[in-house]
Amino acid sequence: MFEIADLLAAGLLQSFEPLNLAMILAGCMAGLFIGAMPGLGSVNGVAILLPVTFLVPPTAAIIFLAALYYGAMYGGAISSITLGIPGASTAVATVFDGRPMAQKGKANQAMMAAAIASFIGGTISIILFTLFAPPLAEVALKFGPQEEFALMILAFATFIGLGGDDIPKTIFSILLGLVMAAVGFDIISGKPRLIFFDMVEFQRGIGFLVLAIGIYGIGEMLWTLEQTGGKVKFDRVSATWAELKKHLGEIKKYLPTTSLSSVLGFFVGTLPAAGATPASLMAYGLAKTFSKDPDSFGKGNISGVAAPEAANNAASTGSMLPMITLGIPGSPTTAILLGGMIIWGLRPGPLLFANNPDFVWGLIGSMYVANFVTVALNLALIPLFVRVLAMPFTILTPIIFILCFVGVFATTDRMFDVWLMLALGLGGYLLRKLNYPVAPAVLAIVLGPLAERSMRQSLIGSQGDVTTFISISEHPISLGCIVIAVALMLYPVWSNYRRKIANKTAF
Amino acid sequence: MSTRTAELLASIALIVFSLGLMWTVHTDGLKIGWVPERGPGSGVWPFWLSLGMALTSLWTLVRWFRRTTPESRNEAPYIESDRFGLVAISFIALTAMIFLVAIVGTYISIALFLGFYMRFVGKHSWPMTSATVFGAVIFIYFLFEWQLSKYLPKGLPMFEDGFLWLDNFRWEYFM
Repeated sequence: MFEIADLLAAGLLQSFEPLNLAMILAGCMAGLFIGAMPGLGSVNGVAILLPVTFLVPPTAAIIFLAALYYGAMYGGAISSITLGIPGASTAVATVFDGRPMAQKGKANQAMMAAAIASFIGGTISIILFTLFAPPLAEVALKFGPQEEFALMILAFATFIGLGGDDIPKTIFSILLGLVMAAVGFDIISGKPRLIFFDMVEFQRGIGFLVLAIGIYGIGEMLWTLEQTGGKVKFDRVSATWAELKKHLGEIKKYLPTTSLSSVLGFFVGTLPAAGATPASLMAYGLAKTFSKDPDSFGKGNISGVAAPEAANNAASTGSMLPMITLGIPGSPTTAILLGGMIIWGLRPGPLLFANNPDFVWGLIGSMYVANFVTVALNLALIPLFVRVLAMPFTILTPIIFILCFVGVFATTDRMFDVWLMLALGLGGYLLRKLNYPVAPAVLAIVLGPLAERSMRQSLIGSQGDVTTFISISEHPISLGCIVIAVALMLYPVWSNYRRKIANKTAF
Repeated sequence: MSTRTAELLASIALIVFSLGLMWTVHTDGLKIGWVPERGPGSGVWPFWLSLGMALTSLWTLVRWFRRTTPESRNEAPYIESDRFGLVAISFIALTAMIFLVAIVGTYISIALFLGFYMRFVGKHSWPMTSATVFGAVIFIYFLFEWQLSKYLPKGLPMFEDGFLWLDNFRWEYFM
């Protein structure tokens, strides 16, 4: 316990170094901005800005991106409330009561409740993170390739069981990402694989960032252009200190729901397929169920704004937990962060705690600081961010396209990858319109090489005996993960069956 | 094209694509089974997972025939006609920009793209457009060439020369 306190103190000190503090500020600002823009969320921001972070050392880079992740969760509420369209999918639930509040002229209160609830969610989850991460990493240190592989199976199973998307299309998306990860030289035999049309460029493989920027930069903007037609309408908001003071008295109204939502959000956030969006929806449902006045939800209940906002912030921190301790990202955004860590030359997973304590604890420390910075920035700059929303898509779109192009080129130095990004972006957009989820593919391309290596190592070790993954005497943890994974994969079948039975009895 | 037709075409295309992947693994001569003394062959992963892709797409195709997916019952246009123009012009302009990079270089290309998009798609005023174009070009030059020391493509030699002069100037006086 004291050891953790020591390390945390060192991490906090580190986050106060001028460069890191500047990164926190820049990250929070960028996150608030990106989160507030309709259609853009943390995952888009992290994908598009990752190439720029090569400017600074890895610790400063991850601090910047984590702060951005965090800020985007706050920012999402801004457009949910003032525009009535979620600034990011993670802020969908905030619209339900945020928009009615704004229509009743209570936009200011909704914004403040969102900011303060986000702060509470962030604080509770970072404390949980600090308590859970070191012991979890300790356990994970004993993992062999069997356990690693089983964990990845579990991560993908969560998409099938909990993702809520069409199941065959989800499986297709996962497999596509895993196969794309195999393009290029084989890590074990050194043979070139899947060199399409004998183009030598494919020998270097398909970078995860090319796919991520293609999908979350190009594809997302095409999607947003189509959804909005390039136009948005919004309500004016102005927050003053006097109003804020008055609002502070109201906090106790939503404090219990907020705390509960934060804990819920944290744990839902750790699941790869779940993350901030379902966490905030679940928190909203929970707040409504336990409310004394459930009928007021959807008509402008302040708890209906606070609960999802607390949960989405908590979930963003929660999704960092498996990324840092197990090397399995808890969300698409952390999948990109994980890919970034590999580019920076770090090996994600439990060894990080032993080998790169500065990196891990610097990040954790910065999350405490970022929480304070974001709530302060958010409350102080609400009017500014609302004005940002008036920025037309016809300026934002070309700038994002340019950043995507320059970002991909700067990372890989090849025009080939820029063309590939364009093709993948268009493909992702067209498939997304047919309800193919894209997040599993991004997660899969990041985890693909690790998953393949751990599978082959396990099988080489066991002389080709596939039961090594489910051997209770040798690999009980692996067995446990596989059992849960199978249960998750069967869950939709079971719930479908139950629905059919229920339908039959109804008629 | 209706969403229903789009799903049919997509699932057929994805089946063909998956089979193509499996074929590529085969023609590359990669082993898709156990190699004695060596472990799983290097084709195991891509081959069997591509087979899975083919099967899941086939599954979608079957459901399309049985009309069980929401998309297979959706006769609405795949892309709404009043939005199609905006999406198409954005994508074509972006493609043209990337194509032009090889000829006129990054900076002229992004300036043309941004200028075109803002002035003719967004109908912004000339002063607004030119200010954003200059700001963006200078920002990208400063961030990538200067701070990240990345040499972004400069196009054909006649365009590259101008930037060489700028680079010399920068090295001479600012480094």
